[in-house]
Amino acid sequence: MRISQKAQPGLSPALTIPARKKMNLRQAIWRERWIYLFIIPGLIYFLLFQYLPLLGNVIAFQDYSPFLGFRDSPWIGLDNFRKIVTDPDFLIALRNTIQIELLQLIFSFPAPLLLALLLHSILSDRVKRVMQTIVYLPHFMSWVIIISLWEQIFGGAGFISQILRTQGLPPLDIMHNAALFKPLVVMQSIWKEVGWGTIIFLAALTTIDAQLYEAAALDGAKGFRRLWHITLPGIRHIIVLLLILRLGSMLSVGFEQYFLQRGAVGPEAAEVLDTFVYFRGIQGGDWGFATAVGLVRGVVSTVLIVGANWIAKRVGEEGVF
Amino acid sequence: MASNDFSAELVTTQAKRTTRPIWMEPPSPLAQVSKALILAAIAVIMLFPFVYVIAVSFSSYNDAVRGGLILWPKNPTLDAYRAVLEGGVVLRALQVSVGLTLFGTLAKMVATIMLAYGLSKPNVPGSRIVLFIALGSLLFSPGIIPNYLLVKELRLLDTYSALILPGLIGAFNLVILRNFFMNIPRELLEAARIDGASDWQILWQITLPLSKAVLAVVALFYGVGIWNSFFNAILYLNDTSKWPIQVVLRQYVLQGSAIPTVVDPGQPPPPVQTLQMAILVIATVPILLVYPFLQKYFTKGVLTGAIKG
Repeated sequence: MRISQKAQPGLSPALTIPARKKMNLRQAIWRERWIYLFIIPGLIYFLLFQYLPLLGNVIAFQDYSPFLGFRDSPWIGLDNFRKIVTDPDFLIALRNTIQIELLQLIFSFPAPLLLALLLHSILSDRVKRVMQTIVYLPHFMSWVIIISLWEQIFGGAGFISQILRTQGLPPLDIMHNAALFKPLVVMQSIWKEVGWGTIIFLAALTTIDAQLYEAAALDGAKGFRRLWHITLPGIRHIIVLLLILRLGSMLSVGFEQYFLQRGAVGPEAAEVLDTFVYFRGIQGGDWGFATAVGLVRGVVSTVLIVGANWIAKRVGEEGVF
Repeated sequence: MASNDFSAELVTTQAKRTTRPIWMEPPSPLAQVSKALILAAIAVIMLFPFVYVIAVSFSSYNDAVRGGLILWPKNPTLDAYRAVLEGGVVLRALQVSVGLTLFGTLAKMVATIMLAYGLSKPNVPGSRIVLFIALGSLLFSPGIIPNYLLVKELRLLDTYSALILPGLIGAFNLVILRNFFMNIPRELLEAARIDGASDWQILWQITLPLSKAVLAVVALFYGVGIWNSFFNAILYLNDTSKWPIQVVLRQYVLQGSAIPTVVDPGQPPPPVQTLQMAILVIATVPILLVYPFLQKYFTKGVLTGAIKG
């Protein structure tokens, strides 16, 4: 930078540096003034669309009405928050969210680990590559496409019902069955996202030193003992890391997957916290209350992820931050 | 059938291409067969819905109504596609989605490149704070209602800007581009500066041509994101004529609305099932087309992000 300015001292007097070694801040800013044309639009974007809306959460403390706006809506203190614990629809949404998240933790969390271990045990690179190409595919599809595909297979007019019909049996509409909804969404999540987790676990598996396996084999450790004593400890940090991220998103099971199927099985089975905020607030016009629910959810999520991170560090693992 | 192909391939490739480390026990035939069967089952479960839907969408009226296991259209026809596209709504939604994806990707790329370039320049007072602000947005989200109220206050409801502006710059993509720009040799940029090049000229003539590959990747991911985006259209667009293909797909396939079609008089209209599948295929094809590139870069991207942890 300095070289360039020494090389052209006569061109623009404002740019020349005084004999002092250190420039003061104003001079530094003036020297770089054109680059701020690149930075300021992006800065405005982040402040306007990512930070300013945070202030919108004040309506959680108001009996907000769109006609009165922020300024004229009456302030009601913590009333919205007090209402939360007694609202029956909220309790249903909370129950569904926790149940689904626990099912996801038990079934969809280990699924990519199992698949990665299976793929890792295959020696042929070509089979491995083909399988990876196949399992990543649904990750890039929108939830609308995924649910539509499932509807064509499991819906009332879908493939399975058609097969049953040709056998003279009644159709089986799995997609509109409230009792089956929770296992169904877990299966959908596994089907869509198993590839993503597999990539990470596979990469972690390849970082394990092959000499460890050789040494263990020479000591007489067979396949399962090598898995238990070398493979799993070798990828433990990645497992813990992904578990932390998972816990951090404990209260957000996702939105679109539930929004899209809520109509088919009803809110009793499919309402989760995110959809609750949307339907109660934007659809139902109970703005202040829904915002309060969203705010509590956001704060609890942040606490969860910071807490999980802290625990991970306490037990000697690396955290996310 | 499929499982036989697979196990056959597994066995031959193992014999041909790979060597087992000497310390590893030879696998038992039982283990090998069961692994091959599991892999084949996974492959079928992942691929069957796609194959089935594509095959039925091209099937003739009689075949589709008869139903059953259709993996390849026996009497292939474009009837369903013609009927759906001539009905108007789907074609319109398709145009909206294509236009949104192209213009949206362009807008996001311009915004992200400018900020990334600005933040990649060393010794700019305040640039650290701006980077910090950008990354901070990853830690929390303002929530759906405050976002909606902001878009409403800005009078962006029922405009396409509402689908692009709120997510204009992805912090993650910003960091990727900034890091790439910072790795461009300083001497190159200094030399241009000595020759009197402005920041615009340096960005346009040196930085961007050197970053073609990473720009392509970021643009690809932005594009896929816009094509797949669904809920922001539900939230911000009341005018149904502005709906993109994902929303129309939901309307016809998941909500079961009647699909407006144009069919020749005297011909039986294509069954609803094939019409739905045709729309589904139309919404899916662009992703399938770019999938080979996506997979290649996606793997790399996830790895650079994850391995550090």
